[in-house]
Amino acid sequence: MTNQPKNLIETPLQRRSILALCMSSVALAALPGTARAQEENDLRTLKRDLFGDRKINTGRVTVTIPPISENGNSVPFSVDVDSPMLEQDYVKQIVILSPLNPEPIISRYEFNPAAGRAAIATRIRLAGSQNVEAIAEMSDGTLWQGSATTLVTLAACVIG
Amino acid sequence: MPTIRLSVPDTAKKSEVIEIKAMIQHPMETGYRRGQKGEVIERDIIKFFECHYDDKLVFSSEFFPGIAANPFLTFYVRAEKTGELTFKWTDQMGQSWSDSASLKVT
Repeated sequence: MTNQPKNLIETPLQRRSILALCMSSVALAALPGTARAQEENDLRTLKRDLFGDRKINTGRVTVTIPPISENGNSVPFSVDVDSPMLEQDYVKQIVILSPLNPEPIISRYEFNPAAGRAAIATRIRLAGSQNVEAIAEMSDGTLWQGSATTLVTLAACVIG
Repeated sequence: MPTIRLSVPDTAKKSEVIEIKAMIQHPMETGYRRGQKGEVIERDIIKFFECHYDDKLVFSSEFFPGIAANPFLTFYVRAEKTGELTFKWTDQMGQSWSDSASLKVT
């Protein structure tokens, strides 16, 4: 019986030290600036490959993502594009991009007027805290961009 | 055979925009992880998802390793006529799985 309360006190302390260990490994994995710049370059190249030199306007695209994501392996993500979705004016595609993931493209969605609404929700992986972007291409060829930032406490690639 | 879960309303009014949820059980292995011996775990992901309304393609998507395991997707379709909605997932090897739901338009 005397052992019981002692154990109860020790458990939270152990848990805290394990947590601290996890946090420090995350900090170590938060890589030097050069690697980060490299990823951003990839994203820029990808954008040029996808959309050429066309101007990307800001607006019409709303990205919703929780401000803090506890698990980078599964982050709820949704995007909604303001469009009437009529034969003469609709959203052709939405591309979801990440400046920090090993691959800058997360997913791509194609629509036509039969969809009625250009919006999707899914769950994505994030390799760290970042500003996730969504670019929508309209039927008239114009591009619109929206983004949202999230803080990832445990990144996807660290915990596997 | 992976588990497929669909959420499609049974009935809808004409030209109403309905919300559809579709999920398939799949590990979506990124190809960036390593196993216990340090060996690279090979990539195994679902690449494409398509939704046909009767025979017309209404929504499609392309997945990359940035999509979480058991890919879940919410999207919208405008109800036009009573018919069949078919959902098809295709993985990187070309293997595909599909399921369907019927929608009654009043």
